Amino acid sequence: MPYLGSEEVVKELRRALSNPNVQADRLRYKNYITKVIRYMTQGLDVSALFMDMVKASATVDIVQKKLVYLYMCTYASDKPDLALLAINTLRKDCADPNPMVRGLALRNMCNFRMPGMTEYIEQPIVAGLRDKASYVRRVAVLGCAKMHSLQPNTEIDGTIVNELYALLRDPDPVVVVNCLRALEEILKDEGGVVINKPIAHHLLNRMKDLDSWAQSEVLTFLLRYRPRSDDELFDILSLLDAFLLSSHAHVAVATLRLFLHLASAHPTVQADALLRTSAPLLATCGAASRELRFAGLCHVQQVMRSQPGLFGTHYKRFFCGYSEPSYIKFRKMEILVELVNDENVALVLEELRSYCTDVSPELAQAAIAAIGRIARTYSEKCLDILTGLLGLKQDHITSAVIQTFRDLVWFCPQSTAAVCQTVGACVDSPQDSEGKQALLWLLGEHGDQISSAPYVMEGYIDGLKTELSSAVKMELLTAAVKMFLCRPAETQDMLGRLLHYCIEEESDVCVRDRALLYYRLLQRGVEETRKVVTGPKSDPSMSVLTGRQEEPISEWDSTFNTLGPLAGCDLCPQTAATSAADQPSCRAENELLPGKVDTDVTLSSPDDAEEEISLSLGPPLSHETFEKMWLDLETLHRQTLGFPRPRAAPDTLQAALQLVKIQTLAFTPGDTVPWKAYIYTRSTETLILAELLQGDQQAPGSDESLVVSVKQQPVNQHAIRGFVSVLKSVLQTLNPIKSKN
Amino acid sequence: MISQIFILSSKGDHLIYKDCILTTGLLVALFCLCLYLLILLQSHKGLHFIHVRQGGLYWVASTKTNPSPFTIIEFLNRLAALTKDYCGSLSEKSVRMNFALIYELLDEMVDFGYIQTTSTDILKNFIQTEAVSSKPFSLFDLSNVGLFGAETQQSKVAPSVAASRPIMSSRGEQNEIFVDVIERLSVVIGSKGVLMKADIQGEIRIKCFLPTCSEMRIGLNEELSIGKSQLKGYSSAVRVDECRFHQAVKLDEFDTFRILKVCPSQGEQTVMQYQLCDELPCAPPFQLFPSVEKDYVNRSVNLSMVLIFLKLRCDLPPKSTALNVSITVPVPKGSTSMSQELSSPDQTAELQPKNKALLWEIPRFPGGAQLSALFKVDVPGLSSASLLEVGPVSMSFELPKQTCTGLQIRFLRLSPTQTGLSQRWVRYVTHSDSYTIRI
Repeated sequence: MPYLGSEEVVKELRRALSNPNVQADRLRYKNYITKVIRYMTQGLDVSALFMDMVKASATVDIVQKKLVYLYMCTYASDKPDLALLAINTLRKDCADPNPMVRGLALRNMCNFRMPGMTEYIEQPIVAGLRDKASYVRRVAVLGCAKMHSLQPNTEIDGTIVNELYALLRDPDPVVVVNCLRALEEILKDEGGVVINKPIAHHLLNRMKDLDSWAQSEVLTFLLRYRPRSDDELFDILSLLDAFLLSSHAHVAVATLRLFLHLASAHPTVQADALLRTSAPLLATCGAASRELRFAGLCHVQQVMRSQPGLFGTHYKRFFCGYSEPSYIKFRKMEILVELVNDENVALVLEELRSYCTDVSPELAQAAIAAIGRIARTYSEKCLDILTGLLGLKQDHITSAVIQTFRDLVWFCPQSTAAVCQTVGACVDSPQDSEGKQALLWLLGEHGDQISSAPYVMEGYIDGLKTELSSAVKMELLTAAVKMFLCRPAETQDMLGRLLHYCIEEESDVCVRDRALLYYRLLQRGVEETRKVVTGPKSDPSMSVLTGRQEEPISEWDSTFNTLGPLAGCDLCPQTAATSAADQPSCRAENELLPGKVDTDVTLSSPDDAEEEISLSLGPPLSHETFEKMWLDLETLHRQTLGFPRPRAAPDTLQAALQLVKIQTLAFTPGDTVPWKAYIYTRSTETLILAELLQGDQQAPGSDESLVVSVKQQPVNQHAIRGFVSVLKSVLQTLNPIKSKN
Repeated sequence: MISQIFILSSKGDHLIYKDCILTTGLLVALFCLCLYLLILLQSHKGLHFIHVRQGGLYWVASTKTNPSPFTIIEFLNRLAALTKDYCGSLSEKSVRMNFALIYELLDEMVDFGYIQTTSTDILKNFIQTEAVSSKPFSLFDLSNVGLFGAETQQSKVAPSVAASRPIMSSRGEQNEIFVDVIERLSVVIGSKGVLMKADIQGEIRIKCFLPTCSEMRIGLNEELSIGKSQLKGYSSAVRVDECRFHQAVKLDEFDTFRILKVCPSQGEQTVMQYQLCDELPCAPPFQLFPSVEKDYVNRSVNLSMVLIFLKLRCDLPPKSTALNVSITVPVPKGSTSMSQELSSPDQTAELQPKNKALLWEIPRFPGGAQLSALFKVDVPGLSSASLLEVGPVSMSFELPKQTCTGLQIRFLRLSPTQTGLSQRWVRYVTHSDSYTIRI
């Protein structure tokens, strides 16, 4: 465990590196240098050895040189004064007759991140741009960009920019692409590198010499170019035609994007390009690498927004493999639903039916929902399957089926009779609140067609005291009132009991208010109530809205082949992507508790400058110790996190926290209110204890937000900030996943 | 543009970490969580993480821009492949042992976040560190095969470890070249034994240990036809739907003689990918005849069980065998225990209550044979609907020396003849990507 005795390790290494006996033996010396790098990778701070490593850089052994350079680049910014010592050696190496040594030295010198570096590297870079070895020129070109990034606010050096533009004609293809990349970095504020007609055509002609990475990058740069005439446009397209079928998926997709962009005025050309690329796209959907498969599926989905028929005949390719991870299965099901037509509906349904009994409840529910979507068009076959699933008597399946029924009835009223018959015959009732709400909605809305409806509802009213979710209670109120309107005789008594309980004994204000509203409404008379409570029972026009429509390609082609489709939402390119991710939707309120250690100014901006702290698990705490410390210590920090607790299973939550080195001591089970969890972790020499509290939802004034209170011994505000930030990220990451399903 | 590259072990320790451009802090802790939740893409404060899982390790790239996901994923896959080429095999141990070599590789491959080159031909000029092989290559591995016969005869098999050694080691310099035909089979068989879906994804992969290699000619079946239109006559031609080639492959003799010409560079590369959909030239390798019944042991104490009788037939030619066959049968929820009757002692079966499934494993399954097994699964409180939960059955297996499309390599010629003896190996294997049988 190197983390513990880091000083000892460094001391020992220094002793070894400065030992003349070791220095004389090149193999042993190199072994020790390797050891230093190994510790560096493991996260141990070995910057104290900088001096010894600088000495080791003066060697003819290239492997040793590389290792030492790697070390120096990592620590140069921490030890700028010592790094200057190394520069002499590096500059000497820049004039070495061996081009490999020249390139290596130049590259690493440019990687030093410290102020004042520019004056040392400018001259070698300029010399490197004219070097006769292409390897050195490649390094030098990127060196220009690195030099610019060291001093981002200085004026752009016109001579270097001109030189880089001239180097676009270099015989070496990598130099050409590096020039584009460097110019892009340097001219970022002016909108990046300019692609004019000569440059565009030069690049197009060089395409064949480039390797696949460079090809896809150049294709992205070419997106900036607008051909002057249609003739030129078609010349370009025919030049690029072969790349549409490249065996590298990234080249094929980049070409497709360029085609879609250039031919935006020619829909037939776009359609043709999509048709031709469908084969490579489908091939990525079946690639051996499952990450590539996922990316392919996401892009297929995007293409289908405009051309739903394109993959129709290949629907079998989207059948889920047995061992595929669930993120791929979810995507495939979404695609399958889109691809259903008269010919394949039976096969697709049979396939989806086999996913409904999957071990993973999320997957099973998604499959049921998918069948529900198909039911909007092919209701009869789907209803048979869904009804059959109810027979399995498994909670998660029953709940999902009932929810699907609810949506189905809303979208296509013609299936109401069949659904009502099934629901009436179903003896099993869902156990989770989502399912209960769906069932209650169905009972209330279509109580006249379900003969057993009042008896089912009575069961819920009798069990009201044990019901935790206020959403279910509200749904129950509404459903009971609706039922009363159509079957008054059977419902009157139970409605009275329900209203009485909700008004007199219920602690949740919303439920109580709703009950009061219905009570007063009923006092006004039945007809008045009917006017208010009953609305349309279905909305067939919705299915037209939600049904697939062919979008124009321009809707999505700007995000094609970017991270957008993978993220599931349209991240706009570049800046928007970063800013969207920068704004966490929560409001972080920092309540400073009075009488606590005075906090410095930085606390007001909790989002900056954290992450540097490292958490560790350390030896486990016993419950007794924790309890004693928790009672002894005072709360140092309390914060509302701005989102409810993750609905993940307890062991998921525990494992997730463990991954970021936060230990869970105890938490209250399931849906208990208030929900609490006790967690602890260690940071640099301090022990952090924390309590997560899900506010009592019924209590007035508190929302569903999670509150974290932190206690610590000894006090270290920096560590607390870091801890809260990590915790927030974890819980937020757990949250969206649940809500997506 | 890539900001950081790191390689993480399955537990989340970092083995390799390279910061390509100036970034602050390491968000690996957060990233681990993403892995746990199996999210491919995760964004945090404008830094997007993309990962690939290979060899039990996580290969991660982070980026601040919005690049092509295909590029990043393919690059990470290529990085993993190169690491495998240079270190011999992919594992936490080999990465730990060769970290200096991997840093050196990364240094040449990526500069300032831009991909410079990933070609072995170029890289080999710059890579100086020697790989530390976790298991030195020894001739003993070859002792059980005919040493000098590397011809295309199927009876001779290259040792499986022979191809997993570093490409650039000075020791054990063997002029070897491996050509593998690998097919992945994904099949869905309906409840009445009807073939519902059959897909074959195949590739021809070369692993070359020759330091310099001039042109190599790979001859495929002459009767190979591509696409549906090209069926010639009535012969049972070997057919694939479509194929794609590595860009270095010369195809001037492909149309007439079905010969691929390629100058392989050191390391592993895929020269040809092909696929065949909806049609298998032969019968699917396995047929299952299941029967599922409910049985009450004792009605009064509600002790009930499900009897699952499986008869599995292997439709391969009699000479060939399937290896590592495992059959997963979903069982009703609440299954507590199982007893089984298997036909031979080398088979195993166990109940996995966590996955609601029983797993039956057969290490060796000869072609033409038929095996049967009876499983009695105790399920308290069984209802008739619970039987619906049994199925679909999924299988995984490996068919050595078999290609389902029938694609064969006729010959493998190095021209002009290489100096020194060079050994050529041709291997065929079919894996089950997904083999599902509905009950």
